Amino acid sequence: MNNKFEALDSVRSLDAGMNKKKWIKENLTGYVFILPWLIGFLAFLAFPLLRSLYYSLTEYTIVGDPSWVGLRNYIEIFTDDPKFWTSLKVTFYYVVFAVPLRLASALALALVFRKARPFTNFYRAAYYVPSILGGSVAISVIWRQLFSSQGAFNDFLVGMGIMSNRISWIGHPDYAIWTIILLAAWQFGSPMIIFLAGLKQIPKGLYEAAEIDGAGKVQQFFSVTLPLLTPVIFFNLIMQMVKMFMVFTQVYIITEGGPLNRTLVYAVYLYRKGISNGYLGYGSALAWIILVLLTIVTIVLFKTSNKWVYYESEGE
Amino acid sequence: MNLTFSQKEKLKNILFQVLVGGFCIFMLYPLLWMVAGSLKSSGNALSATLWPDAMQFRNYLEGWRGFGGVSFLTFFRNSFFISGTATIGQIILASFSAFGFTRTRFIGQKFWFAIMIATVLVPGQILRIPQYIMFNQWGWVGSYLPVILPQMLPVPFFTFLMVQFVRGIPTELDEAAEIDGCSKFGIFFKIILPNLKPVLVTAGIFRFYWSWNDFMTPLLYLQSVTKYPVSIALKMFSDPNAITNWGAMFAMTFLSILPTIILFIFFQRYLIDGVAFSGID
Repeated sequence: MNNKFEALDSVRSLDAGMNKKKWIKENLTGYVFILPWLIGFLAFLAFPLLRSLYYSLTEYTIVGDPSWVGLRNYIEIFTDDPKFWTSLKVTFYYVVFAVPLRLASALALALVFRKARPFTNFYRAAYYVPSILGGSVAISVIWRQLFSSQGAFNDFLVGMGIMSNRISWIGHPDYAIWTIILLAAWQFGSPMIIFLAGLKQIPKGLYEAAEIDGAGKVQQFFSVTLPLLTPVIFFNLIMQMVKMFMVFTQVYIITEGGPLNRTLVYAVYLYRKGISNGYLGYGSALAWIILVLLTIVTIVLFKTSNKWVYYESEGE
Repeated sequence: MNLTFSQKEKLKNILFQVLVGGFCIFMLYPLLWMVAGSLKSSGNALSATLWPDAMQFRNYLEGWRGFGGVSFLTFFRNSFFISGTATIGQIILASFSAFGFTRTRFIGQKFWFAIMIATVLVPGQILRIPQYIMFNQWGWVGSYLPVILPQMLPVPFFTFLMVQFVRGIPTELDEAAEIDGCSKFGIFFKIILPNLKPVLVTAGIFRFYWSWNDFMTPLLYLQSVTKYPVSIALKMFSDPNAITNWGAMFAMTFLSILPTIILFIFFQRYLIDGVAFSGID
């Protein structure tokens, strides 16, 4: 009965051939589908990023060719570039005040809108609008005029007798950064919506239980709402922090980094040094430093998160 | 005085209207001030009042003329071209790739997916100089390619968002189509794409907003005034050292955010639900 085995064998090999064909086809189809993403990733992210790692180790200006200098750019940045340190300080100052202000406003308003009252939907939409407009040139232009010496803000202060002279808030070394922080706080709409969605997830039973235990509204907030909201707070914190670390348009238009470099945030410095002044190698080094720094800050936040972020699935 | 429950509720409602409504006016003041300013006479345009002293619709005509012999018609056309191409490309290509990550199997799938997730948080600003060097070498500077292409090919954020959505579509639908002899491409276009409508709208609107407001990339790559989008034109038009007609400046500023506002009014639900679902900012 040799034939039977041969027949079986040929069926098997036919099957294997089919499988192989099918396997190749499957793989090919998969790659065709992810191709658009893959091209974008390789061409616009991986390739330029890795190339710039090389350029950061060269002296390379917009008019010449790159020449290898080793770590010189990095050494110069850390030891001989006061503007680098200024821009780091300004950026941290901005992030440290703007992020909590935005998130606190977002949470406060989310709590207010939690209960449906007349016109809640309208108000929620109105409070959300600044969020979608905030990054636009238009809002920056408005902001600049609002806080200029002829602007409406001075009209209010002088009109109410709080100040006797008009000053340029965007041109004042101490206040300029605060006009930009205020603009950031003003755009609390989208974290507010995310908080609202988070609040909806909290089971009502927990509040009833807390009430039976005699907890007042304030205590309920601190022992039920806040702990259960920590995952959402954490999410908002990371998203907003990364975004605000690289703030550009608002500063570039409202203060241009001035006065006296008091609003020189990192992205503006990066742009000025690397592109306006044409130091491509040096600029690449600056970009890599902030990428590493941002990664470290994010990792640290993730590491500390298990100390204060409450995850429901922990008990399972 | 003892209040009944419903009286207390009424009082709370009134308090809510006064406080939240009052704060709402305060929040929207910069926008109202802009609209009012666009109607005021030029000398008065910066005053704090929300009541225009005149109804100067002429401001719009004067502003529309633009600068350097190029009117805002060109700038708006450019902006619609850039944002429109980026948006349509992005939602189709991102959903296409998202399908690949969820509904096909291939070697390295987990690896590439991990890479995509890892790059969600890489801020665009960091890539500007590296990309600038690259596009410069490719000779793309001065054209729309470096402005549109990176916004058109799937960015990690939208791809991931769509992956989440595709996962929610029952695989039974695919299987039924497969039995009917549908290829993977057929399944994508006939089954998945129509089911993705809500997320396509949400992603599309945000892609449009971000492209419309994009300032840095056109600033870097576009060199001739006739190619400028509204964002760059507005920045030049409103240069505080050169401007004389504030009313016209406010008028153009208002027009520049009008598409955003109109989209918001029509697609509010999609936007707010989208933010709640995905955390888009």
